[in-house]
Amino acid sequence: MITAIVALAILAVIFGLALGYAAVRFKVEGDPLVEKIDAILPQTQCGQCTYPGCRPYAEAIAKGEADINQCPPGGETTIIALADLLGRDPKPLNPEHGEEKAKRVAVIDEQVCIGCTLCIQACPVDAILGAAKQMHTVIEDECTGCDLCLPPCPVDCIDMVEIKSTTDTWTWDFPGNLPENLASLANRVNPAASNDDKTSSPLEETSSKKTGTEA
Amino acid sequence: MKEYFLILLSTVLVNNFVLVQFLGLCPFMGVSRKLETATGMALATTFVLTLSSACSYLVDAYILEPLDIVYLRTIAFILVIAVVVQLTEMFVHKTSPILYRVLGIFLPLITTNCAVLGVALLNIRHDHSFMESLIYGFGASVGFSLVLILFAAMRERITVSDVPETFKGPAIALITAGLMSLAFMGFSGLD
Repeated sequence: MITAIVALAILAVIFGLALGYAAVRFKVEGDPLVEKIDAILPQTQCGQCTYPGCRPYAEAIAKGEADINQCPPGGETTIIALADLLGRDPKPLNPEHGEEKAKRVAVIDEQVCIGCTLCIQACPVDAILGAAKQMHTVIEDECTGCDLCLPPCPVDCIDMVEIKSTTDTWTWDFPGNLPENLASLANRVNPAASNDDKTSSPLEETSSKKTGTEA
Repeated sequence: MKEYFLILLSTVLVNNFVLVQFLGLCPFMGVSRKLETATGMALATTFVLTLSSACSYLVDAYILEPLDIVYLRTIAFILVIAVVVQLTEMFVHKTSPILYRVLGIFLPLITTNCAVLGVALLNIRHDHSFMESLIYGFGASVGFSLVLILFAAMRERITVSDVPETFKGPAIALITAGLMSLAFMGFSGLD
């Protein structure tokens, strides 16, 4: 009986030590929180948040160096998702970093393009195709609409074109994107406004309650 | 040498753990939706099964038997398996974060894969030597991988094919597994 207990205990201790060593040896660098924040960000790699890309911005948020309202392409939806994840109050987009725009893609005027490759070097997602002294073109599916190719172009041949919804691309709006819900989201961003508004819909009430419990 | 080859052949085809002995059916049904995940799971299970088979033999031969506490076999083996799985999980997390994310909950669940404990216990029942246990464990895991990957490939095709409404989803998967099992029963003639 005693032998059994001692033997199993020693076995468990040996295994525990082995696992402890392995935990140090195979320690994973990096913060899982960074991954979660990075997954919420829109991955346009536009740099409008003053960080070189979405991942560095996510790292800065996780460290507490950056605020959550610096991402114009993500807009209000991203800010609210980040606020939910981090348990902070949502706040309006910081106008210093730009304003929320409709989704756009870059289009190169191929008649004017001189094939200088400068925009290829600027593109963070490798969405521009071309070679020196050859006409360049944009792969529309890859383009994130980040505007970074506009400043380097010496002949201003790149235009940002809004993506219009066609019968192929149209989808139902998410419930959160309907006009009346956007109003309630705005109230969430400014809790004071929702307090003044006595005729709030049930949806508004639940959303403001949610903010209350988080705070 | 010939003996080892026979053990290998027997565990991979004739006494296949999944389709003939019906051990380890949970990951067989759970992780076989996509070929990629199935391959990852097969590799992880191969590693765990082989290592835990060898480790549990060592624990049994050098700790349990000399101390005459073989009645603790099950609990000691579960301990060994849990440790090996934990090690594998750390290793996969470090080396391949993507595979780690894809496998998700099924990686720690290898602990409860009854094929792993089954192999360890069957080694003792068959009085295998160390090398034989190692080969037995490896063969069992190769058989498991083979069946899992074949099944995943079939399920990928079944999802896009025109299956009658009533049979869609797990129903047709179970029927496929049954037919595969029937086919593998045919290998029993190799004896």
